[in-house]
Amino acid sequence: MIETVIFYVFAVATVVSATAVVTVRNPVHAALFLVLTFFTSAVIWMSLEAEFLAIALVLVYVGAVMVLFIFVVMMLDINIARLREGFVRYLPLGLLVAAIMLGLMLSVVTSDVFVLDTGSEPLPKPADYSNTKALGGILYTEYVFAFEIAAVILLVAIIAAISLTMRKRARTKYQNPSSQIKVRKADRLRIVKMPSGEKE
Amino acid sequence: MTLTLSHYLILAAVLFSISIAGIVINRKNIIILLMSIELMLLSVNLNFIAFSHYLDDLAGQVFVFFILTVAAAEAAIGLAILVVLFRNRGSINVEDIKELKW
Repeated sequence: MIETVIFYVFAVATVVSATAVVTVRNPVHAALFLVLTFFTSAVIWMSLEAEFLAIALVLVYVGAVMVLFIFVVMMLDINIARLREGFVRYLPLGLLVAAIMLGLMLSVVTSDVFVLDTGSEPLPKPADYSNTKALGGILYTEYVFAFEIAAVILLVAIIAAISLTMRKRARTKYQNPSSQIKVRKADRLRIVKMPSGEKE
Repeated sequence: MTLTLSHYLILAAVLFSISIAGIVINRKNIIILLMSIELMLLSVNLNFIAFSHYLDDLAGQVFVFFILTVAAAEAAIGLAILVVLFRNRGSINVEDIKELKW
């Protein structure tokens, strides 16, 4: 019973905040509503006994990806009025596309062709069951190659993001360490022999 | 009244539709477009986790793990491209990006 109440409360919160993400005027507010959506989704994932992923969603998404979003939104000087042009014009089309999409997916979910519901709620796991341990158990054995590929994808993302955004400014003066190390005494110091002046 | 798999699938379908509508109505603002893509990935992840719970198979959660990885990489590169674009053009309006080369 309590699970049902929790599900409905957080499902409504998720849907409302997701709607706010796509409709609010200010991109910063949209990013903050997206954070709220991630939090409420994490609660729903937690109620589905996916504890590790719920925590990972909060840590990785809210902690890293959304901070990056807010960083970029605040760094750019955006003309909101111009970006909002055509909002009202495209609204009917957007609602139509969304309604068609939703109708199609609901007709699949509620149809009798695909019997999705197994009829019984799965038994709750025992108290000493660790979701993280079970997930690690198959992640590092059965899916180890996919895990390695995921690591390579993250490495590529780091290199791509850094090499895209790093720039050299024309007027900034840099030191060149290799030429600093290679310098010799003869390059810097010139000894001038001067005969002392003769007395007359 | 117990929760069934359909409850979670319908919630995910509603979330996915909202993000589709967001892509159509905010088609000039790249930042909101990226956020809508994140919402879509979230709804797909909810599907995976619901199936994983009701079919009692951990493979679904492993897939969510990989989707989270790829989504983080996608967001980082997308935002980097956005920053470079803003630096070169002074605007992030989709309508200003119509030349293949400048």
